[in-house]
Amino acid sequence: MDRVCERLARIVGENYVSNMKEELYIYSQDPGMMEPREPDYVVMPKTTVEVQKIVKLANEEKIPVIPVGGSLSLSGLVIPHKGGIVLDLKRMDKIIEVNERCRYVVIEAGVTTGRLKAYLEKHYPRLRFSIPDAPPSATVVGNIVIHGQGHLSQQYGFNSDMVTGLEVVLPTGEICKIGSCSVSPYWFSLAPLPDIAGLFLGWFGTTGIITKLGLRLYPRKKLRDIEVFIVEDPHLVPDVVYRVTHTEMAEDIFVNAQPYPPIFKDIIMMGICITGDSEEELEFKRRMIWNVLRTYIDSKEGGFMMTTPDVKRALLEMPITGTTRFADVMKGGGFEYCGPIIPVEKYPEAYKKLLELSSEYGVTYGNTCRVIGRGHCMMFAFGYPFNRADPDNMERTKKALHESNVASLDIGGVPWKPEVPAQKMIMARMDKNTLELMKRIKRFLDPNGIMNPGNWEG
Amino acid sequence: MYRKLVLTLSDFKLKFDQKLCETCPTYDCLVRCQYMNLDKEVAKIEMQKMVRGENSFVLYRCVTCYACEEYCKRGNHPFYLISDLQEKNSILPMPKPLITQWINTGIPTKKDIREFWGAVEPVISLCLFPEYINSIEGKLFEGFSIVVGRYFFCQLAYLHFGRPSIIRERLSSIIENIANHGFQEIVFFHDECYSTFTSYTQAYGIQVPFRSVHLFEYLYGRLRELEDEISPLNVKVAYQRPCSSRLAPEKEHFVDDIFNLIGVERVEREYDRENSLCCGGIIRGQQRYDLFVDVQRRNVVDMVNAEAEYCVFNCPMCFASLSEAVVKRDIKPIMMHELCRLALGEVIKS
Amino acid sequence: MSSYTKQIHRCFRCGYCKFPSDYAEYNCPSFSRFRFETYSTGGRLWLLWAWVKKEVEWSENLAKIMFSCVTCKNCVEHCPMKFKDDIVDWIVSARKDIIEKGAVLSSVRDFLNNIHKYGNPWGEARGKRAVWAEDVKRYKPGDEFLFYVGCVGSYDERGQRMARSFAELLEKADVSYGILGSEEECDGNEVYVLGEMGLFQELARKNTGKFKELNVKKVVTLSPHAYNVMKNKYPRYGTFEVFHYTEVLLKIIQEAKLKLSELNVEVTYHDPCFLGRYNNIYEVPRKILKNIPGIKLVEMDRNRENSFCCGGGSGNFVMDLLGGSEESPSRIRVKEAYETGAEILAVACPSCLTMFEDAVKNEGLEKELFVKDISELLKEVSK
Repeated sequence: MDRVCERLARIVGENYVSNMKEELYIYSQDPGMMEPREPDYVVMPKTTVEVQKIVKLANEEKIPVIPVGGSLSLSGLVIPHKGGIVLDLKRMDKIIEVNERCRYVVIEAGVTTGRLKAYLEKHYPRLRFSIPDAPPSATVVGNIVIHGQGHLSQQYGFNSDMVTGLEVVLPTGEICKIGSCSVSPYWFSLAPLPDIAGLFLGWFGTTGIITKLGLRLYPRKKLRDIEVFIVEDPHLVPDVVYRVTHTEMAEDIFVNAQPYPPIFKDIIMMGICITGDSEEELEFKRRMIWNVLRTYIDSKEGGFMMTTPDVKRALLEMPITGTTRFADVMKGGGFEYCGPIIPVEKYPEAYKKLLELSSEYGVTYGNTCRVIGRGHCMMFAFGYPFNRADPDNMERTKKALHESNVASLDIGGVPWKPEVPAQKMIMARMDKNTLELMKRIKRFLDPNGIMNPGNWEG
Repeated sequence: MYRKLVLTLSDFKLKFDQKLCETCPTYDCLVRCQYMNLDKEVAKIEMQKMVRGENSFVLYRCVTCYACEEYCKRGNHPFYLISDLQEKNSILPMPKPLITQWINTGIPTKKDIREFWGAVEPVISLCLFPEYINSIEGKLFEGFSIVVGRYFFCQLAYLHFGRPSIIRERLSSIIENIANHGFQEIVFFHDECYSTFTSYTQAYGIQVPFRSVHLFEYLYGRLRELEDEISPLNVKVAYQRPCSSRLAPEKEHFVDDIFNLIGVERVEREYDRENSLCCGGIIRGQQRYDLFVDVQRRNVVDMVNAEAEYCVFNCPMCFASLSEAVVKRDIKPIMMHELCRLALGEVIKS
Repeated sequence: MSSYTKQIHRCFRCGYCKFPSDYAEYNCPSFSRFRFETYSTGGRLWLLWAWVKKEVEWSENLAKIMFSCVTCKNCVEHCPMKFKDDIVDWIVSARKDIIEKGAVLSSVRDFLNNIHKYGNPWGEARGKRAVWAEDVKRYKPGDEFLFYVGCVGSYDERGQRMARSFAELLEKADVSYGILGSEEECDGNEVYVLGEMGLFQELARKNTGKFKELNVKKVVTLSPHAYNVMKNKYPRYGTFEVFHYTEVLLKIIQEAKLKLSELNVEVTYHDPCFLGRYNNIYEVPRKILKNIPGIKLVEMDRNRENSFCCGGGSGNFVMDLLGGSEESPSRIRVKEAYETGAEILAVACPSCLTMFEDAVKNEGLEKELFVKDISELLKEVSK
């Protein structure tokens, strides 16, 4: 065991640190397509103080630190591009507090979305949080750090908009609280203080390590159902979304398109979820949504799909396993998507580009979009399954992903959780002063440049 | 190998006897329609328009429940006529994307699924319902080969979509596929398939080189063989009759025969037998939401009032569209073959 | 190389395999114990593929990762992919390749060598196999059941008590049965899942040969491991039916061959992997417990197909690669059982029994939570 490894072992215990080939190999990559790079150490702290000690050690040794949750961004955001210490946070898995009346939860950084879901269902059945479509092994904090979205994003915005407070270990080792929790025992909101949570959201761990999170919870209704509106013409999608969001009756709204199986070929599906505490409430919402789309029904241009209970179950699942199964479409164990945040009105353009790229590079596709806010924007996934065992297919998929990133920016969107090359593309188009501000913030917070290096570097 | 049928669209000629219709004393086809309130005079006018190939409001309001095929006791084919005319007049019973979706869904595959190569009689076709493969087991189906999928899909569903030409385009290849497997006789799980290869092909004068067996006829025969092993279920059931059974009313008695054999009581209710209501699935697909809600509500309330414990389904599509509604009223939905398996003491996997 | 090499890259490493149905806890025993991604099913499959691609070399650590999978099938149960049913077979096939290359952990090698030489994994003398059972009848043709005791029931003190309880219940219910005594061979379930196919075939051939020679029609096993391998993996030389001992006990109860007295106690039941997830037997043991007057059955959150393995599968009831920590699966599981408020943790597997006995001691719960097998409980209440 080398010196750093020994020091790490003294902090977390020798069972929770490794520099063996097998751990280094597994933590060198995520399930997406970015090139792997091995860390030097993998360490699993249990407490904030342990994280703090590791960060101080890293500063002393000038070793990079890469905080890791579920490693499921697919865009290589926790690949240790410059080696260093991978900080697997999943042992920090305490659900610290649920304030039922204020509807928030405080959790440690390693709590998975699956665990929080199960915990709330068991102990607080009237509360829920915005569950992303990532597998249940994704961590809640990991999802927040990348500005993830979930089933409540149409109603309440990005999941990162639901943050009520943070505990952060700064790159220089100080432990810092942000939001009401910095002056009060309560974690109810970021306001009315100056908002500095943004220094850590969307930064992919380059400005510090979130060790605790306060998160808004929302009412969980007893019943949940879905209506699926389908059209053939992508130009209808923005107006359908506009009409449905206007009703304020929907919970989640997603838009899907895929060529297989045949029942989905040539159509665009818009899943509109509704919730209610009674059948009457559900029925009221359902009718409001049917009514607002009547014009398209009467013109025969759109209609509600005949869904079986099995299909409904699959679409209402949280998290939705169908998203994960997309990885087995090619029997190749992988998919990656470029998922820009775009104006909803740009859906037709993005959809057209997706079909073009699929055809040009000979790769199949899956398009999953989620409406964020009341039509304020949407995540549009240029999703491509790939075959790990087929280098040619991998190469074509990489090209399609690259072109998707270019197209996303060209239509006015911004790639979400971008890979390092896409980050550079974004920064190349970014307002110069904004970019300079980002650099100054980064230098100020992380003078030794140890935090997840490679990311957001101009 | 079975020779290619080489059927063309012109081979499909509906045997519709104009004179029979013109001389009809009742016009029950439309008068008895449960979704249009027509008196005999209006029914006659509209029917005669359609016989002449003209447009009629009936073509727009038809819910495609197939019932008029049964109501016509003179052996004519009013529903096949309606369906042909809907297409001729470009009347879409459903929105275009739903039609596209279903047209794509049923495109026959060029090759059978490898698992079914070498399937031998006795054989049962599960139509497009692979989700039922695991239920085709136990004593009722000992020794059976199963085939399923688009290679065997009967295509009759396009009657609901105002696109019968699709049936004609594809049916010959489906008949060839079945025959090329060497099957002389095939049990059809979905009575829509059974009706395709009996009622529909007969109405259009198409020869079918194998014998179709209705599932209920098979179940009844097999249950008779296993009579000693039946434990009467002693439950009250409502039967949800599907649209396609309207094309094979001569097989309806098997429902009662089976129920008698397995000791269940078919409750007396308003919407049963010839007066049965559509499950609502197609009506919803037609985007007639109010009618869909009303039809399902009336149907389920009728079951509740008759104190049914189970709702027994013949058709998987009916099961899919109505089962949620019956469950909400504490009635257990079950497919007929699964009910029979219960009577034999078998466990049905969920 | 076996055919798994053509499929193994299909794992996406999504992580569903780590959880039970509700995602409340980690439910993969080795991941719960070690917490590095390498010890999850996904990590293991990716490492295997890396090994196939020659991106990682064989090492002691890799061997530990591969053999610490207890083949509990939680991953098979919860993987959302179409290939899910093949996952354990892939791991077993890979182990077969590993063993053929001779690159194996010493504890695994000892386990297999002992079975090869002595017919049991501890290297105990063959002659000691039936020492516990001097007064138990030997099987003779015509007996209804051959009671296959297995290694844990024959050699482990706790397992022996379990075997004796079951034998006594058979006596009491007047069921004709007998054991093979020192002629019994290891069932080979662990040998199979550890990938030693040659030895497995030899064991299967010997056992089935013996059954055939004695014209055995029905075999009842103490261990779900033996039940599984005989039911699903033994080649069929002759025909014999296999029963788990709980199935036989339930029938005895249903035929009223035992009169049961009251036992007012709360009991929680742990589903063994090779009975539950492998053979879909979840209700039989519960029905027995519910038949005992006074018993209140309380479920752990993780039950039936979500049961959390004791950590003893794949030979780990001997090798114990997952032992030595508060986060060892057996210790996590007894804490879960204790939290239900039950006084008794009922099991239906001798391996689980021994694993939990140790865990209860390690957790200091020996005065509060008693681990009993179902036949022991039944013996207590049968008159």
